[in-house]
Amino acid sequence: MSSKKKSVTIGVLGFQGDIEENVAATKQALQEMQIEGNVELVRYPEEVEKVDGLILPGGESTVQSTLAAIQRSLPVIKKRVSEGMPVMGTCAGMILLSRRSFDRVIGDTKQKLIGNLDIVIERNAFGRQGDSFEADLAIGMLGKEAFKGVFIRAPAVSEVGKDVEVIAKLNNKVVAVRQKNIIGTAFHPELSGDSRMHRHLVKMAIDFKHKNGS
Amino acid sequence: MTISLVATEPKSKGVKVEIVENARTVRGTTLLKRGFAHMCKHGVVMDVTNVEQAVIAEEAGAVAVMVLDKLPYDVRKAGGVARTASIKVIQEIMDAVTIPIMAKCRIGHTDEAKVLEVTGVDMIDESEVLTPADEERHIWKWDFTTPFINGGRNLGEALRRIEEGCAMIRTKGEPGTGNVAEAVTHIRMVNNEIRKLRSLYQDSDRQELMKATRELKVSYAIAEETARLGRLPVVNFAAGGITTPADAALLMNLGCDGVFVGSGIFKSDDPAQRARAVVLATTFYDDAKIVMEAQKMVDEKKSLLGMDTKNLELRMQERGQHA
Repeated sequence: MSSKKKSVTIGVLGFQGDIEENVAATKQALQEMQIEGNVELVRYPEEVEKVDGLILPGGESTVQSTLAAIQRSLPVIKKRVSEGMPVMGTCAGMILLSRRSFDRVIGDTKQKLIGNLDIVIERNAFGRQGDSFEADLAIGMLGKEAFKGVFIRAPAVSEVGKDVEVIAKLNNKVVAVRQKNIIGTAFHPELSGDSRMHRHLVKMAIDFKHKNGS
Repeated sequence: MTISLVATEPKSKGVKVEIVENARTVRGTTLLKRGFAHMCKHGVVMDVTNVEQAVIAEEAGAVAVMVLDKLPYDVRKAGGVARTASIKVIQEIMDAVTIPIMAKCRIGHTDEAKVLEVTGVDMIDESEVLTPADEERHIWKWDFTTPFINGGRNLGEALRRIEEGCAMIRTKGEPGTGNVAEAVTHIRMVNNEIRKLRSLYQDSDRQELMKATRELKVSYAIAEETARLGRLPVVNFAAGGITTPADAALLMNLGCDGVFVGSGIFKSDDPAQRARAVVLATTFYDDAKIVMEAQKMVDEKKSLLGMDTKNLELRMQERGQHA
């Protein structure tokens, strides 16, 4: 395979949150895979159209879905994800991708969501920042070695649709899921120093690009 | 790792290891504290004094709210001793919004901070807006599980606070004045000092770097890490005097990771609209067309009038500078 064929463009949604950390984790993944690729910030609808895979970073999901200028890009993300573009949402990003979200204290949130991922989210499922924690997770999809889960005011998945595969659990709570081209994690793989989750997304993005013949 | 862990205190009392059912969990680590601060990046934290303001802030897209008894402008007017907010108000706000809640405690007031930690706030700001309780020392923040914010006017101050365990730095600016000039001075100062350190590091001049470290009154490890990164090892927010969307954009373009707005929103006559506008300008700070859209959303006649920072009786930024 020529290096040109391998080249891939991964976007990181650049409104709010740990954007640069996801850029760095993706670059680390590309380097470890020895793949030529670009990592780009994505904010405007036309930028969403140009990437082979997209990461929705952690941060505050309420903010990330609030402004009109942001809301213009959300329908384009929805369309591209339905067309099969690989996407990974970490923490707030997974909330944005979900079908419905509610808060442990407040109840149903009125957030605008992208909605492709058929799960229901319980926001702040583990409590406030004082309850944020690190814990090792078994994620079969990534191999035998444990994955360090960094949970910061993390959500959990309270209901999964029939096409959704649970890829990680912590005690009884679902903390990572996959639905075809969509990955959602309640934790922050971009902060763990372990790029396996980002490498997985890069692989999916390369396959998607080849399937589309571009 | 994208989050620097340098300066972490070994065996910090704030770190809690527990077995929860079948999992071993660790709370209060440097990664979790600084990680939380990183989640606030590119966002706007808004000062609020009651539930009504907190709800407006959340709806406008605030990344968190900072609960105070009085807005800095009113602290200035009222004089007297400014202390941490009423616990009842903090709890009411916790029950009303889903975004993180921050609260201020006095510089060096370890026990106000302990009370705030038990209340369950997400982050504590050891702030010069309140009257300092200890002129000699700041809080030893490694003893807490909750992350802290501190103000810094220059690199030495910022790095000393990080070595005490703080997870986020903000410029001090001159709070409650509606004047952004002091915040601009502080971020420029930090940027210039880092640039100097970095050039020594790139020239591998360890002797000069060590000399600079002594002048900053910090450890060699943190000075070297800052020089290597070319930035502070924790996020650095703008604060003090931000009033308009363009103010927020100015500070973001100077390299701040996010913005605090104190009196600028709820001391204006168009708070809900202004709150949205400041969030918009912070998100798209590098796109002048969108910053213009944001400026169009506010009416300059409704801005906090503000004051000249040259002839103030109370210069809040000088509080805690000798520690």
